[in-house]
Amino acid sequence: MILQHIADGILSGAIVGLGAIGLSFTMKMLRFANFSHSELLTWGAYSALVFVAFFSSLGGFFDQPIGPFSFGPGLLLAMLCACVATSIIALLLNRFVFERLSRTAGHMTMVFASFGVALILRHMVVLIWGSDPIYYSRELQFAILLPGNVRVMPDQVFLLGLTVVVVIALHLFMTRSRTGIAMRGVAESPDLARTSGVNVDRIITWVWVIGASGAAIGGVLYGMTVQLRPELGFSLILPLFAAAILGGTGSLYGAVLGGLIVGLSENLSVMIIPTTYKPAVPFLLILAILYFRPEGIFGERSR
Amino acid sequence: MKAPHVLEAQDVIAGYVSDLPILHGVSIHADAGEVVSIIGPNGAGKSTLVKAIAGLVRVSAGRVRLGGRDITGVAAHRLAAEGVGYVPQTGNVFATLTVRENLVMGGAALAKADALERIEEICAIYPILKDRMGDKAGSLSGGQRQILAVARALLTRPRLMLLDEPTASLSPMAAGELFAVVRGLAEDGAAVLMVEQNAKAALRVSERGYVLAEGQNRIEGPAADLLADEGIGEIFLGFRRESARMEDAG
Repeated sequence: MILQHIADGILSGAIVGLGAIGLSFTMKMLRFANFSHSELLTWGAYSALVFVAFFSSLGGFFDQPIGPFSFGPGLLLAMLCACVATSIIALLLNRFVFERLSRTAGHMTMVFASFGVALILRHMVVLIWGSDPIYYSRELQFAILLPGNVRVMPDQVFLLGLTVVVVIALHLFMTRSRTGIAMRGVAESPDLARTSGVNVDRIITWVWVIGASGAAIGGVLYGMTVQLRPELGFSLILPLFAAAILGGTGSLYGAVLGGLIVGLSENLSVMIIPTTYKPAVPFLLILAILYFRPEGIFGERSR
Repeated sequence: MKAPHVLEAQDVIAGYVSDLPILHGVSIHADAGEVVSIIGPNGAGKSTLVKAIAGLVRVSAGRVRLGGRDITGVAAHRLAAEGVGYVPQTGNVFATLTVRENLVMGGAALAKADALERIEEICAIYPILKDRMGDKAGSLSGGQRQILAVARALLTRPRLMLLDEPTASLSPMAAGELFAVVRGLAEDGAAVLMVEQNAKAALRVSERGYVLAEGQNRIEGPAADLLADEGIGEIFLGFRRESARMEDAG
């Protein structure tokens, strides 16, 4: 039983981790808590739905399930398109809301603006797609039985594998590419980066693109393994913040590890507390980390 | 016709908040191959002046020219590409990045191949950096950090180097080594503008100096003259108080 909870915790933690990467980066580099970030997961998931329909209309090849999975090549392509669409949404939000406010208003104003943006984004989803749950595929899947009587769906194995690939790709990007190194530099000191010749505005664009793409992938994976509903992002808002704060803002590995800790804590907590209280676990984690190690696991202690 | 100054700041008014300037019409210049010190009491606007030249503080009036070209209001990252190197007083390295990554940051304005070639050249000049390439900059000693900060700013072969209190919090020995580096920069042809609290030591390695007070030019001239003038030291720089303290201690 406990092994099943651990497996479920890792799987839900992977989605939270992917979503938290962007939130963590924006908190560190743009210096505000963006409550609308979780809605980018929702928009990533729903925009993929549009592209899935488009690829389905092109022919059966795109619908044909790959191996044991419930989805075909169409969903994978739709996921890439959703990354682009969600990035465009994020860049538009930055251009018309956050960038303007950052010049004229304080960080608290930006936080409250992000609440407003979140509401607008969520209700636009309801307006366009309705409030009923939607599925990418209604293909039946058979669970794989792992040692310890742990059952996982093939799609969940894909989820975990893709998360590992995304994290490795981001690690290489952040440590080997000049843009990735510049992102880390801007996170530490924007002014020093500027005087070193780094175009900080271009780096901020990258922050939004990477954050939105991570959110889109997280949203699609959530839709693939659970279901699509307009409150998808809203239900993840606390876990996302808990993961970003727990791991240390601005840290790629922190966000992923934070996501895993949140996922595991939530799923293991049901062994000792009623399921009704499960959503409170991320909140308790935020309180605990802020009390004992405010900079997070991988965060730098401010001097 | 006389060649334009590498740096010419003319009647600069600048500050962090609009309508509350720190600098009230400061004018300075610096030429290739010379070290120019900006000295003065706390709150004189020395660091603000350097930040305004580096593009970090908005210039509300007056002009800043680089090699005769007007660079007033040009973004800081473009100035780095145009040959302005800047080493701030605090936080002058990326502590969470490795030494190599700090140097990569310094070469952001260069093409990748040029930046890598330049990193090799810089490491030949400062071998200590080559030995610590994989270490986090935050793990370096104060002197090593300052060397790294200067090296990072040197990546683009700046014609103007701005140093804001480069010897702050360094041991006397490390400060001496850093002043030797500063002299080397000028001998290589750069114009060096240096803000220093340690006015005497700064003037000793400078060709010229400016004394600022309350955001305005007060005195300027050859560094040797400023050093020799006890009146200047007493009024603006606390030379006599410093000497008296040393005598008392002795």
